[in-house]
Amino acid sequence: MTDTATLLEVKHITKRFPGVIALDDASLSIEAGKVTALIGENGAGKSTLMKILSGVYPDFEGEIYYKGETAKFTGPKDAQQQGVVIIHQELNLIPYLTITENIFLGRELVTQYGTMDKGRMRKRTQELLDRLKLKASPDSQVFKLKVGQQQIVEIAKALLTDAELIIMDEPTSAITGAEVEVLFDIISDLKAQNKAIVYVSHKLDELFRIADNYVVLRDGKSIESGEMEGMTQDQLISKMVGRKIEVMRKTNDRGACEPLLEVKNLNLKSRVKAGNVLSNVSFNIGKGEIVGLFGLMGAGRTELLESIFGLHAAHSSGQVLIGGQSICCDSPVRAIAAGLALVPEDRKKDGLVLGLGVKNNISLTTLEELESLGTLNDTKECELADHYISELRIKTPSKDQQARNLSGGNQQKVVLAKWLATRPKVLLLDEPTRGIDINAKTEIYKLIIRLADEGLGILVVSSELPEILAVSDRILVMSEGRITGEFSASEASEDKILKKAISAMQ
Amino acid sequence: MPIAYSPKNFARFQSLIALFLLCLALSILSDKFLTFSNLWNVMRQISVNICISVGMTLIVLTAGIDLSVGSVLALCGAITAGLLKNGIEIPAQNLYIGFTVLGAILAGGLTGSALGAFNGWAITRFSVPPFVATLAMLTVARGLTMLWTGGFPISGLGDTFLFVGTGWFLGIPVPVWISVVVVLLAVFLTDKTRIGRYIYAIGGNESASRLSGINVNKVKIIVYTIAGALAAVGGIMVTARLDSAQPNAGISYELDSIAAVVIGGTSLSGGRGSILGTVQGAIIIGVLNNGLVLLNVSPFWQQVVKGLVILLAVIIDKSNSKGE
Repeated sequence: MTDTATLLEVKHITKRFPGVIALDDASLSIEAGKVTALIGENGAGKSTLMKILSGVYPDFEGEIYYKGETAKFTGPKDAQQQGVVIIHQELNLIPYLTITENIFLGRELVTQYGTMDKGRMRKRTQELLDRLKLKASPDSQVFKLKVGQQQIVEIAKALLTDAELIIMDEPTSAITGAEVEVLFDIISDLKAQNKAIVYVSHKLDELFRIADNYVVLRDGKSIESGEMEGMTQDQLISKMVGRKIEVMRKTNDRGACEPLLEVKNLNLKSRVKAGNVLSNVSFNIGKGEIVGLFGLMGAGRTELLESIFGLHAAHSSGQVLIGGQSICCDSPVRAIAAGLALVPEDRKKDGLVLGLGVKNNISLTTLEELESLGTLNDTKECELADHYISELRIKTPSKDQQARNLSGGNQQKVVLAKWLATRPKVLLLDEPTRGIDINAKTEIYKLIIRLADEGLGILVVSSELPEILAVSDRILVMSEGRITGEFSASEASEDKILKKAISAMQ
Repeated sequence: MPIAYSPKNFARFQSLIALFLLCLALSILSDKFLTFSNLWNVMRQISVNICISVGMTLIVLTAGIDLSVGSVLALCGAITAGLLKNGIEIPAQNLYIGFTVLGAILAGGLTGSALGAFNGWAITRFSVPPFVATLAMLTVARGLTMLWTGGFPISGLGDTFLFVGTGWFLGIPVPVWISVVVVLLAVFLTDKTRIGRYIYAIGGNESASRLSGINVNKVKIIVYTIAGALAAVGGIMVTARLDSAQPNAGISYELDSIAAVVIGGTSLSGGRGSILGTVQGAIIIGVLNNGLVLLNVSPFWQQVVKGLVILLAVIIDKSNSKGE
């Protein structure tokens, strides 16, 4: 076998979702015995590509060549049998089963009598654990292991099937120092056995240590690929960025204005590991100011918004002031009363009651005001709904239409309407345009700007840099639970922001 | 709203249609079914299940469940009967407190509300799954009933009290009046008030409701309290109808009530359903029970038939809601 045998080739793959093209004519090749780094901003199409390679999305345009032949993966199990295994960022182990039971789940060895062959399975597991240098008994329950050890069990699972191609999605997001070294040793071993590895990570310094090749994705397109050797971090970053959003950058100068929201020394303890999710976060938002908050996955953006909104009262410390008044936010009820509104990241899970109508969703935050004599006033409720349906141009066949039947963009507008109805002073927006089409995005950008013009203070969390640059007056960068950078709109650029977001990890 | 003969509307009325067909069949098969005395009797029996099932519907709409209603019903009936008949004696202080009919009924109602509130508190304060918390209450309340009654029925409760269970008002049995009032209040609660809307919202998406500033725990406690109070109403009606508080009253009533809720189209995962649906469900079960007795079907077969009807109803409901 030669050193540079191409194991898998992706040719002109396009994957469309309603309103969004996730992958746009992407091509790349993966070599056996090499580690290929897959790089790109959030939303660049990495996860879609991984899902196609591991058989989660069997339908797409374009072709995959695997071991020199056209291949089709009909599902994750099929991909696994053909030798492609993915290790997800979130671990997929069953906590109360033992290591052996987890590794053999769904492919248990049986004796000639049809009972499980525990002895043989235990022996195989022990061999795998030895090979991966994991000092744990095959009989220990998985939930008792440390996260890093669980990660290794996942790898053991992948090795059991004789995988040819192993995809690792942010494998170091949950592990630290020594565990990372073990993982890198394992990867070197796998390379020596001529396995191909696709390694996805935001931590560029890691990639320089272990990757041989790189592929950069941007906007669903494969921008460039090549060998890591000779590349610099700056060169890679400049390849990742470069997308433009065609929106009106604002001309107003809101630089110096009175602070509306002040956050002082906010800390949030982690519930899963030692240390803090948020460390000494302090910042201000002025009246009529739009502050963009950028950070990579796991930087603590969502946790920051949730802490301000009072969702982690038991684990957080620090001070939140609105208009100079300290507010004691220990629940959403208090936060709303103080003038805060939070548009959550996942609108289906946290934003909407999907089974209720558009009207009832919009009125959910302000039912108290719609009451007269203990009865809900239907006329007032309809007026409220009509007002926001026309103001935000929510496209719905009727105001009683169930929220689940609306498009993503219109669902997001319903969530916004619900919060605008509370007449907030400060709007916290978590990924306000995730998964919605380009027209709806533009409409939401315009709305954000208009609301700021009306005097609201707005914090926009986004993992899309062009979006942050398009709407923000000021940009904060977060990394590992800290604010690591601050830029005014005029001095900010994608390179500068991304460097701040990445640098703190090293 | 104009009613068109679309399949969707058919689905909406199918339980009414099923009920109509059931009644038609029974009136052909038995000459006793379609008599005033039988129909009033059926209605009187159904009243109790309707009261309990209304409370159960509110709970199921929040994606919860209450297994304790049967035991709470027995305890509240026994407390009302006991207070009415014996009052409270505290020999140490040489004290005797007698109870009027109204006082005894209020005491029974308060007991039910308190036990319901306790259910709600345990569920929200300690995140105990409703199934487990109310299963515990099922046992506790039954035990308390045995302690209170000493295991013997409390009978001879006086004509004024019996009026609640056997009396007539404007040509209609009193229990039927009571259940009609309960249903109307519950329809008002679910359709016209803030709490009602919150109940649907919490069952539909608890996380989104919490983030919207709804005090989810408070709403849940209110709902379990209402269910406890309605179980007490049922217990008082049963006691008054029989002129006796039986320590074994209400056993397995929670199952009939869950059946009524489910046949009425309320989703056990919460957020979808209605009080009027449950009323239809309770009537179907009541008429079915009555019909099987009139047709001399053995009690053993009655259970088999009832079980299959529940299963069938839910299967039909599932296949209807698939399109949504």
